[in-house]
Amino acid sequence: MKQKDFEERYSPSWARIENYLAGYEKNTIPQTQASADNSTQQFDLPVAYRDLCQQLAMAKERQYTSYLVTRLNQLVMACHQRVYQQQSISKNRWLDFIIRGFPCALREQARFVWLACGLFLAPALVMGLGCYWNDALIYAVMSPEQVLQIEAMYDPANRVLGRERGSDSDLLMFGYYIKNNIGIAFRTFASGIVFGLGSIFFLVFNGVFLGAVFGQLTRVGFAVTFYPFVIGHGAFELTAIVFAGAAGLMLGHSLVNPGNISRRAALQQAGRNAMKIMYGTFLMLVIAAFLEAFWSSSTTVSMEVKLAVGALFWLLVISYCVLAGRGTHTDSREVVR
Amino acid sequence: MHSSTARSTDRSDAETPLDTLYQIETPEGIDLSVQVAGPVPRILAYAVDLLYRTLILVILGIALTFAGKAGVGFWLLGSFILEWFYPVFFEMFRGGQTPGKRAFSLAVVNDNLTPVSWGASIMRNLLRFADFLPFGYCAGMISMSASRYFQRLGDYAAGTLVIYRQEESNPVALPQVPPAPPPKGLKLQDQQAIISLTERSTALSKGRQQELAEILEPITGHRGEASIRYLHGVGRWLLGTRQKPATGAGADTRDKGVAP
Repeated sequence: MKQKDFEERYSPSWARIENYLAGYEKNTIPQTQASADNSTQQFDLPVAYRDLCQQLAMAKERQYTSYLVTRLNQLVMACHQRVYQQQSISKNRWLDFIIRGFPCALREQARFVWLACGLFLAPALVMGLGCYWNDALIYAVMSPEQVLQIEAMYDPANRVLGRERGSDSDLLMFGYYIKNNIGIAFRTFASGIVFGLGSIFFLVFNGVFLGAVFGQLTRVGFAVTFYPFVIGHGAFELTAIVFAGAAGLMLGHSLVNPGNISRRAALQQAGRNAMKIMYGTFLMLVIAAFLEAFWSSSTTVSMEVKLAVGALFWLLVISYCVLAGRGTHTDSREVVR
Repeated sequence: MHSSTARSTDRSDAETPLDTLYQIETPEGIDLSVQVAGPVPRILAYAVDLLYRTLILVILGIALTFAGKAGVGFWLLGSFILEWFYPVFFEMFRGGQTPGKRAFSLAVVNDNLTPVSWGASIMRNLLRFADFLPFGYCAGMISMSASRYFQRLGDYAAGTLVIYRQEESNPVALPQVPPAPPPKGLKLQDQQAIISLTERSTALSKGRQQELAEILEPITGHRGEASIRYLHGVGRWLLGTRQKPATGAGADTRDKGVAP
């Protein structure tokens, strides 16, 4: 068959597919037009797509001109994108992810979580004890101005806690915590792709800094203000940083030790698993920012209540990670893609 | 989801060693091919996006100065969302194209050429930070240059590609000459060359076409203007036009008009 006959025979069906796709793209097929045009109603895209694929194969096989092959290729591509479009995430799936998927994903990757935990807590502990016993050690990681600033924030003589501010700026601090803390978690995760080195750096760096602040403030006797302040949101924030680090370490591990598959495939697989942890981490950090801005800094709540609620948060987070979703034996890999 | 990416690239390694063509086999058993986009258009697209983002932040900043400290909080919130989720939003809801990518007709797709999925989009945009390291997207640039399909680190991890989204190509107008029967014994390649010349009649200059046509003078026996007309006629014949446009009115739907 000559190319011209071929084009003449099939161009009506190509035009129909093009019309259908154009209507779908705009998402506004006018009802009147759709009902008036009988062919639109009965149009079956998968069938048309299979026919189109066959026509493209024929056009290639018969070495028709590049213009025609290109046109058919574009049309097939457009159909392909439509036919294999992924389902959007439904509401139930998100709920299921929070109840079951996230803690299951964490437990599946327990060794990375523990490793990240160690990388974060060990320097924190060393630095904390060091700064507690040695009043000069903190200056190894912070400038004197920074130390003064932090001490001023948590001086029990102050009436507001956290960064120096009036209570009217809770929203300001919420924005700041979101941008800063979630940014840190995202960076901790992303830099894990450099063979895990970035995640290790961020975990250790944050651990050192946190330990230093803890040790210093405890030594100078500001524990009464500092501990109640951090305990509440720390339950979400510190664990979330560890989880982000664990997700980053997964990426790094897949490149260092891909196993029996190629590094590219290993990285993609690790990426899919790591994303499950990152979704949960993001949610935890939003909660943390909310608590830090509106609860931890509150001066009307007494210290004991804050400590008690903070302890409750810790218990909640830990038992959520350890217990939630246990006993449901469905494959957690299906939860979020 | 099908995993049709299971390397049809082994074959394209052999067939197209120096091309930006990316081919996959679909479940329907045909090869889809797209052009992947290199670093330069992507950097330009990024610059456009950066401009838009900065503009939004400036406008937001001016608008929120009246809201005091809470306004600053909202601004920080806005800048966080813009920094991390601006591309995700457009990739998910605008067919894989941020405004910058649209300006250069680029699009993000999964590496099996399906529309980019949520997980992949978020992943590739979170890993922007890794691509940015140590400064100014150095890692991303190196990764792109070293990669066969111009993938930055985020693309590798998410399994995505940045491709050219081609514009609809208009049907070529064939030259208005009466079809002429081809000489005997034309090989397939010769036929294709002649058809290709015919199709590019508007793209090539007259002089160049004549130059090309006269190469065949020993076979066609035509020179000058006549040689082009003859080859175009042969091209149309090979494409399937038989009747002369002057007599067969309406038989040819592809090029309406009457030959001089």
